[in-house]
Amino acid sequence: MATQSASRRWSLPQIALEPRTQQSWSVNAGLTLGLLLLALALGGIVILLAGGNPFVVYRNMLVAAFGTKWGISDTLVKSTPLILATLGVSLAFRMRLWNIGAEGQLLLGALCTTGVALHVVTPETPGVLAILLMALAGFAGGAAWGFVPGWFKAQFGVNEIISSLMLNYVAQSLLNFFVFGPWSERGFGQTPMFPRNSWMPRLTDFADTFPIVRGMTVHGGLLLALLAFAILFVVVRSSKFGFEITLAGDNPEAARYAGIHLRRLTIYIMTLSGGLAGLAGMSEVAGVSHRLINSVSPGYGFTAIIVAWLARLDPLGALWVAFLFGGLLVGADEISSAGIAQLMQGIILFVMVSGGLLLRYRIRFHGTGAKATGIEA
Amino acid sequence: MINLLAAILSAGMRSGTSLLFATVGEIHAERAGVLNLGVEGMMLMGAMTGYGVTHLTGSPWLGLIGGMLAGGSLALLHGFASLVLRADQVVSGLALTFLGSGLSAVLGAPLVEIRQVPRLPTWTIPVLSDIPFLGPVLFDHSAVVFLGYLLIPLTWYFIYRTRPGLELRAIGENPAAADAQGIRVMRLRILHVTYGGLLAGIGGATLSLAVTPTWIDNLTAGQGWIAVGLVIFAGWDPVRAALGSYLFGALRRLPLDLQNFSYFKSNPALGHFTNMLPYLATILMLLFASSALLRRKFGAPAALGTPYVREGKGG
Amino acid sequence: MTLVVNISPPSNPAPDDVMVQMQGICKSFPGVVANDNVDLEVARGNVHAILGENGAGKSTLMHILSGLYRPTAGDIWVEGVLRHFSAPLDAIEAGIGMVHQHFMLAETLTVAENVILGDRSLGLRITPTQIQETVAALAAETGMDVDPDAYIWQLSVGEQQRVEIIKMLYRGARLLILDEPTAVLVPQERTQLFRQVRRMAMAGHTILFISHKLDEVMTLADMVTVMRAGKVVATVPTQETSQEELVRMMVGRPVLFDFEKVPVDIGDTCLRLEKLQVRNERGVVAVKGVSLEVRAGEILGIAGVAGNGQGELAEAITGLRPASQGKVEIEGLDTTHSTTREIIDAGVAYVPPDRQRTGTAPNLTLIQNLALKDYRTAQPGQFMSRSQQAQRAADLIEKYDVIAASPEMPARLLSGGNLQKLILARELSAPIRVLIASSPTRGLDIGAIESVQKTLLAQKAQGLAILLISEDLDEILALSDRVAVMYEGELRGPLDAAGIDVEAVGLMMAGSSDNLQST
Repeated sequence: MATQSASRRWSLPQIALEPRTQQSWSVNAGLTLGLLLLALALGGIVILLAGGNPFVVYRNMLVAAFGTKWGISDTLVKSTPLILATLGVSLAFRMRLWNIGAEGQLLLGALCTTGVALHVVTPETPGVLAILLMALAGFAGGAAWGFVPGWFKAQFGVNEIISSLMLNYVAQSLLNFFVFGPWSERGFGQTPMFPRNSWMPRLTDFADTFPIVRGMTVHGGLLLALLAFAILFVVVRSSKFGFEITLAGDNPEAARYAGIHLRRLTIYIMTLSGGLAGLAGMSEVAGVSHRLINSVSPGYGFTAIIVAWLARLDPLGALWVAFLFGGLLVGADEISSAGIAQLMQGIILFVMVSGGLLLRYRIRFHGTGAKATGIEA
Repeated sequence: MINLLAAILSAGMRSGTSLLFATVGEIHAERAGVLNLGVEGMMLMGAMTGYGVTHLTGSPWLGLIGGMLAGGSLALLHGFASLVLRADQVVSGLALTFLGSGLSAVLGAPLVEIRQVPRLPTWTIPVLSDIPFLGPVLFDHSAVVFLGYLLIPLTWYFIYRTRPGLELRAIGENPAAADAQGIRVMRLRILHVTYGGLLAGIGGATLSLAVTPTWIDNLTAGQGWIAVGLVIFAGWDPVRAALGSYLFGALRRLPLDLQNFSYFKSNPALGHFTNMLPYLATILMLLFASSALLRRKFGAPAALGTPYVREGKGG
Repeated sequence: MTLVVNISPPSNPAPDDVMVQMQGICKSFPGVVANDNVDLEVARGNVHAILGENGAGKSTLMHILSGLYRPTAGDIWVEGVLRHFSAPLDAIEAGIGMVHQHFMLAETLTVAENVILGDRSLGLRITPTQIQETVAALAAETGMDVDPDAYIWQLSVGEQQRVEIIKMLYRGARLLILDEPTAVLVPQERTQLFRQVRRMAMAGHTILFISHKLDEVMTLADMVTVMRAGKVVATVPTQETSQEELVRMMVGRPVLFDFEKVPVDIGDTCLRLEKLQVRNERGVVAVKGVSLEVRAGEILGIAGVAGNGQGELAEAITGLRPASQGKVEIEGLDTTHSTTREIIDAGVAYVPPDRQRTGTAPNLTLIQNLALKDYRTAQPGQFMSRSQQAQRAADLIEKYDVIAASPEMPARLLSGGNLQKLILARELSAPIRVLIASSPTRGLDIGAIESVQKTLLAQKAQGLAILLISEDLDEILALSDRVAVMYEGELRGPLDAAGIDVEAVGLMMAGSSDNLQST
């Protein structure tokens, strides 16, 4: 055997994979933690290369995001659109529909919400009705933007990855047209402020009664997100509709065989997925900026893709991961580098995706030499 | 009018060259059976590195090589994750795009301040460039455009007329068959994915060194994704990929060129809509190509996106 | 009878007439020992059969010999030289070529391109005309007629097999391994293959072929090695043994497929097709005006080589594929244009030919897979009852004897036979009137085949109308009340199964134009 190893031409390392027969909770948790640390270390190297001190950077980010009640409140504010968009993205991913157009769907949602806030809501409209109308508009805007790639996929077999992504750019241009054009405030990239009755209430609004919440900007969007979570949690786990999604995601052929109308389901899911992202857009303009700005989203729609994947498309997981990533965004704001947030997201996703193998298999490397004789693959 | 058309087409050739490199690169990866959705990220890294190396060394050629290597390294990562570690190719490719945009934004932050670096030289081919209309459109360009001209026939020849090209087609179509014939599928796949990344890197560097010679965050603005779409449109064929790339190059330039018209000058808001053109056109192109694909049985390499593992539990 | 169990020790250099010696070969996969200390010696110029049931380890052994798998332990001598194969290329270089059961051909490449694929001696440049001439010359020389310019997807299965053999000969194979070579062939192509194998043996090639069919082993082979459960039972010359003896060695007990065809009262027509026409995904008419009736308590068998429109027929009946013309009726109800869901609700069950790809969702649990058809109807409203599903799954698993670690395990971990039982359990447990069963026993071991076939007969006795589609003529004849043949989209027959002329059915499967009249 030694001669064989020596005479073998250059080849890739032989890896033996044994499927893990039992998913042990502690092994999973340990590996996940290890991979996260690896991602942080890799990110640290890049920060070092870019001339920063990774320890200082990480500490500042951590303190900003989770160090104070205001920090946590800010983190929750950032998590809110993330949760909504992630729920939407996960729904599509469960069916292996790669909707990566959540960003555009969010923008369209924000755009439609703004249309309602500026042109439908009057100062006399009851607040609840105003919010409800805006939420409907936001959902509809995102849904329309999700429907298009869904319909194209179902009807013509158009790759939804590319079409949904292309629509992101179209959405941004459309939004630019409105905020620089018809709805612009003095030609800047923003609209006028919405009437007060269309603002979603914030915690700090109740500071007179409860002084402890002063300065905390968590807003009603979080309730909206939690409501959406609760509905999806139940739908995914125990409804017939949820079963159809899971089945179609695992084996579309078997789903057709089970009598599921795949095309229709594809369109439904993409539309719903877009609608949820649209709600994220609504929550941002109605709860945070109270006007539409051309840079309304720092890439929530893209971050949602990562969050969805890390949460393994599970609604409950989405809540936790969205919270952590909300913190990452707050931290990145603190050190005023959007690039860092993007970079860390990229590294974390890449490390986790690559490391997924470790969760599924035990790995044995087959080196050269005497021990190579028997066990190999 | 003719002059204006020539100017649009000429700019289209230049801008299309960066798409061409990326598209041909992705054709290599997908022909080998590996879907790499990280083109956008590889182009961004290529653009940033190309600009940075040029700034440091003063040589745009070294910059081009640097950009190429940056793209190639990212592709190698994707190859390692999706082939050796068997990560989901779609997600790994997406991760690569995030990684590329983040890394280029962080490492390229200081470069944004630098307004100008030496550009790649412009070559004016004697005699040929004097041909009316065609001369300025085709033969008066940045050197990298001519590299693109060279790439098209070479790639065609490689795929259809060489032994390694035959092996490339085989590993994407039926890796088990290729393996049984003694072709090292895994190694070839990694090679082609990496080569695809090198080309995407050149495509990115072309942007920052020849097309819009500058570096800003997210310089590519979705061109990598357009390239992924073009591969489908081109039916995995380099010649059709070239046609598509130049067409989309022109389309991308159109908003800028249209601004010269008085009608567009007086209605600047229209610019927001002309900006949408390349993206809407990509969707339309896919619509057209996909319904054509549905009718034909053979389009995409049969093993595209599926990992190849030799040993299963056989009986 | 002579049992040649122990083969000469390796210390003796192999005599000139020994082509290959395998010694002490062991191979284990996670959880399975596929080969357990296997010895094999093959003489040059011989046709040597490896006989065994599915899962006996034949294919694994041959995959080791062809370099696709590496043995866990053991040595291989080829023409007296100790060899270690780490890849198929090493085996090819040693003169060993394998024709796999699933052909290893790239469909979008031409015959010539497939043949020369992997030949490094050609240099970098390839001229299409030049390689076509080379391959045409080789084809002519070996008497295997095939157009080198054709694309693989244009060829028939028999032609593709010839390409595979030419490919191996081109690479200088002196030992050819054929994995179940007749499984995909019609009788006429089979005869042609046998002639070619003999011809190659005469020319000094050694042929090793894997089979579980006794008659072809007896006809074709000089020597036969019988394997069971990963071990070699015996190696004997075919002249000195009999089919009965081989069966006993193969399964460890005599097996007789002798089903009592209990006479059942034939009831009303449950499934009726009228001039049904169906197109395949390329738009070609794959089912050409098929009319038939299946009545309650009856099994109508459709024989035929795969790819003659049977798949499209089954999919059209079950609503998975649109019918372009004609009519489908389920108990008098026109379901030609109904959705799959409506057809399921009308009482049609379907056992698809591809268990993994169509019949089950690999990563879902057995409980979920068993709920595939009744998840909508088992419980009113929009939600499902998990406990109810689990209870039903446990019942079915027990009733149909599915051997599984837990009902919560993913379906992909089930063996083929258990997966098939799972599908049958699901399909037959609903209140159904019609069953379409497509290749229900393909790839199963003998025990599982028996169990599946008994289930079908029991269901028939209870008044189910069954349309049985299978490539296995023996199975069709054993189970059916009436037999029809599909050839190039047309249905021939059906005929009464009693007293049917087997030869004539075989001819129809091969496309003989004589439309067999009832005997």
